[in-house]
Formats: sequence, C-alpha cells, structure tokens
Amino acid sequence: MGGGPLSAALLVAALRDPASVERLDAAQWNGLIAAARAERLIGTLAVRLEGRAVPETARPLLADARLDAGREARGALWEADRARAALASLGVPLVLLKGTAYAAAGLRAGQGRFIGDLDILVPRDQLDAVEAALFAAGWEWVKPDPYDDAYYRRWMHELPPMIHATRDRMIDVHHTILPLTARQTPDATAMIAQAVPLDDDLHILSPEDRVCHAVAHLLADGDLAGGLRNIWDIYCLIADLPDPVPLEARARRHGLLSHVRQARRLADALYGQRRLRLTSWDRIVLRRLLARDGWGRETRKLLRFAFFLRSHWLRMPPLMLARHLWTKWRKGHRPR
Amino acid sequence: MTHAISLRIGPATFRVGSAWPGPLRDLARLYADYPAPLDAIADYTVRLELAGWARRWVRPSIFITGDHGLADAAPMSLAHGLLAAEMGMNLQMALGWRRHLLLHASSVEKDGRVLVMTGESGSGKSTLAAQLGERGWRLMGDEFALLDLHSGDIFAFPRLISLKNRAIDVIAGDVPASRLGPMLRGTAKGDIRHLVPRADAVARMDEGAPPALLLFPRFGHAVDVRPVAQGETFMRLTQASTNYVALGEPGFAALTRFVTHVPACAIDFPSGDEAIALVEQLWAEAL
Repeated sequence: MGGGPLSAALLVAALRDPASVERLDAAQWNGLIAAARAERLIGTLAVRLEGRAVPETARPLLADARLDAGREARGALWEADRARAALASLGVPLVLLKGTAYAAAGLRAGQGRFIGDLDILVPRDQLDAVEAALFAAGWEWVKPDPYDDAYYRRWMHELPPMIHATRDRMIDVHHTILPLTARQTPDATAMIAQAVPLDDDLHILSPEDRVCHAVAHLLADGDLAGGLRNIWDIYCLIADLPDPVPLEARARRHGLLSHVRQARRLADALYGQRRLRLTSWDRIVLRRLLARDGWGRETRKLLRFAFFLRSHWLRMPPLMLARHLWTKWRKGHRPR
Repeated sequence: MTHAISLRIGPATFRVGSAWPGPLRDLARLYADYPAPLDAIADYTVRLELAGWARRWVRPSIFITGDHGLADAAPMSLAHGLLAAEMGMNLQMALGWRRHLLLHASSVEKDGRVLVMTGESGSGKSTLAAQLGERGWRLMGDEFALLDLHSGDIFAFPRLISLKNRAIDVIAGDVPASRLGPMLRGTAKGDIRHLVPRADAVARMDEGAPPALLLFPRFGHAVDVRPVAQGETFMRLTQASTNYVALGEPGFAALTRFVTHVPACAIDFPSGDEAIALVEQLWAEAL
C-alpha cells in the first residue's frame, strides 16, 4: 500500500505555527484533517485555526469540531458536577484530572480538547466509601470480567472503569498516580494535599503537579498511543506555569525528574521553539509519535509494537507480564 | 493508499481509499454522473484496508474504517467491496455529521414538500422510497434524511439505494442495467443490489424542502393506518437519529419543531402497490 507523506508532521506544524496551513495544498489538508482526527486533536486544531484564512471546504468541518468541543466540555463539567453531588456527603476532597480539570479551570490545554471519561483522584483510604457512593448514585461496572477486576484492584492505580447507567458516561476513579507495579511512585497524597480549590467543592492539581501527572502518564506508563495530544497538554501546562522554577523540585519529589525533563524537550521539539538539545532516545520517541501517514493510518508497525511491549515492561515485572499477556491472549486480545 | 476516489453526496464529501481497485471501480461507474467535489478537501476519509496481513490474496477481506471507525467491525469479503465502501461512508455520516440532525429515514419530495419515512431495517422504507423515486417523486435518500437545524427543511443525501432481497426483483426489472450495481449475494443482510437514483435526484441534490408528512411504514401486514402522537414520534425519532445526543440543544429544538409541524402516521401494507396507493392518499390528505 502506498504511504504518502507523514501527516502527523503536518499536524504538529499546524499546532506550532497556525500560519503554516496557508501553504498547504488539498492533499496535505486531507492528511492534516485525518491525522488530527486520529490523534483526537481536531478540536484543538480547529480552535488554533479559528480566524485564519483556510480553504472554503475546510471551514465547515473545523466549525463542526469547535462546536463538538464546546458540547464536550459542557458535558464533561456536568459529569464532574454529578460526581461532586454523589460524593458530597463523604467530605472527601474531589480532585479532577486531565481534560475535565483543564476545562473546569479554563486552561489553555482544555481549549478544543477531546474529553473522554471523567477522571477523578480521591484518597486511597476513602476508596470503599467512594465506590459505594458512586454505586448509590447510579454508576455500575463496565466489564464484569473477574480477571480484569482482580487485576485492577490488586495492581492498578484506579478502580475498574464504571459507567453511569442512564447518562452512559464513564468515570475513572484514581487513588494513586501510576500502577502499583510501576517503577516510579509519584506521591498521590502530596498531590491531593496541594490541590487547588475551584468553585463547588471541586479541586484541580497544583500547576506543577498537573505537569507531573500528565508526564507520568505519558512516559512512565503509556505506549505513547495518543502521545501527540498528551504532549500538547504538557506543552500548554508548562507554558502556563506561574513560575517555572518549582517544577523541577516537585518532579524530583515524585521521582519523575528525568521524565519531566524529557517531556519538556519533546514538547519543545514538537510545539515550541525547538531550542532544546535532543538525545537519541528522544529522537526514537519522536519517530514513534509521528508515525501516521496521509490517510491517518498508523505506520512504523514494528516500532509501535516495540513501544507496546515496552509499556508493559515498564508496568510490571517479567514473570507477571508473561502471565498477564498469556491470560489476555487466551481471551482473544490482540494488539492492533 | 494505492487506490483512491473522491465523491460528493449531497452536502458531504468523501475521500475513499482502498487496498484493492475493484470496490472503487464500481463506485466510479455508479457515481459517474454525480457532480465532482469542489476541490479535493474531503469532509471524511474512508479506508478499505486489509483485514489481516495475508488478506490481500487469501480469502481477501476488507476492514472498513476511516476518520470514524468501529474497532470490532466484522471484516467483509472483497466480493462485497462496493457494499463495504457504502458502509464506510454511512459510518462517517452516522458518527461524524453535525451540520444537520441526522434521521435514519428515507425521504422523497414532490411539489416542494418532503415525505419522510422511518423504521427498522426491513420495514420497507427504502424500497418504498425507491419505488416512489421511479414514479414522479424526487428521491432524496434511502438511508439518511438531513434535518436542517435552522430552517427545519429536509436536505438530501442521495447515495446509491441499496435494494435488498425481494426488492431487487420488484425494481431491477424496470430500470436500465447502467443504473444497477453488481449483484451481491450472501451479505449479512441477504442479497443486495445498488441502484443509482434517477438523474433529477442527483441534479437537485443540494435542494432542501420543508417536511409535510412522516410515515412509519411496516411491510407484511394487512392495510392499516394509525396516527402517531407527537410525544411518541419525538421518542422514536431520537432513537432513529445517530447524532441527536451529540448535537445537544440545537438537536432538541429542531426535533421539537419537526414533530409539532409534521403529521405522523404508522402504515401497514402487504405489498408495494398497496403501499404506494396508501402513501399517495395520505399525501393528498396531508396537503
């Protein structure tokens, strides 16, 4: 099959320098749109390009994406409000994470952002009470698979995903930052202690912890699927730090210093001034992040698969990994 | 991808890429008289990919995806490649379209007013629209009716009509072979043959018109007509819409306006001829 140009590179260039789209031909526009949809950055791109001279035929689909993002944010905030109501009687500090947090606080990272599930962080010793309160308010388990359930409860940093029976929206209840099997152990208790209150009993992480949390999920945990969006988040969150100095100390406290530094280099290389010096490992990661062709398809399959293996390797010790992959394989799961 | 084509159907443009030339050859022939897209920037990308590494040659199978896709979609035989391409385009509309409220319904127009017909697969709405489209009505679409959020008009999405099973015999005999796609036997929905809408349906595909009557047809029962109340119509149309929830308040407002202005009936009929007589009678009464 023919490959075509790397559309992810067009996407990154358009986010970095919106004026660059004025030079694109129709084929490149198609690649740009396909990559932005595949990376779930179409809303972010549409907001970035608002008011720019774009071709007549691209305008309606960008307007659609902006409308979608607006409705998405409204739905996400309503969901956060419902979780707040469900947990109000517990007196538990409810900390919003990721997209919902960015939307609630009106951060740049939230502008046009795709928001999937509601992610919240609660103190680990309150987990049983939180689970019971969510059940009472209409949430239920998504996949009642005994292996997955036991796996989540024993090893993961969050409860198995729950879905609301009537609103059909998912909630991820985090109690720590990374899976308990990961090598880094960011301090969730410290993050909750430093959380910043918004209105209505909702909180978001401190500016430094927002960066640390986004970085932890990108580099310590993930196989970098959706990495372009995560790094856009990180780029915006770093740019919005009121004071850049305390970040390193905070990252060190969470055991994430090298990861935060790498994320800063990657964000600079993709979306920033491209002034920071890259390591050869950075370059491999960038190759992985930009692996998408003009049809929005994933390319560099072997490299992707290597990152998929790596993500599991980082997440769990070898024997446990072997057992996990064997169980999943027998259940018919295949990496795509 | 190796093979590609761009199409415009009503307000939507598609870029369809395929690992094989066959499905796109059929598309090119059947959509030959549709107006070309304004430029090559498409609203949606559709991809007909190999369903597995060896599937180009060994029992060739297509995985349908694109800007919007379903991870667990069943692969389709290359012999049904035209159907796969059509399903790929429908999938983009169903999951992605936001410029109208999308109703899973067929629609036809006469004298500047639109008849909308909705129902489950097998209800006869598609066949009925195809038959009316051959008998003096302008066919607007057999799959999706587009309800404008601002004006309340219905807009057309006149893709190929997919005739199924017995409907193929009813209609295929009366139209020239140039308007028919290949016979696709043994698909998940039985035998399917695609029909190109008449030239007027294609030439006027950008024209909307106000809706005047909504029918819930049901094939295979003795003739019967029952009015359907506004509340029930509203609920049934929310279920027949793929983007009602995604549109939020504008979708609610458009649908409210539709059900308060458009009379609705459920109709049962045992055969196509009786259905057409019934529709013409109800249409005359509604105007």
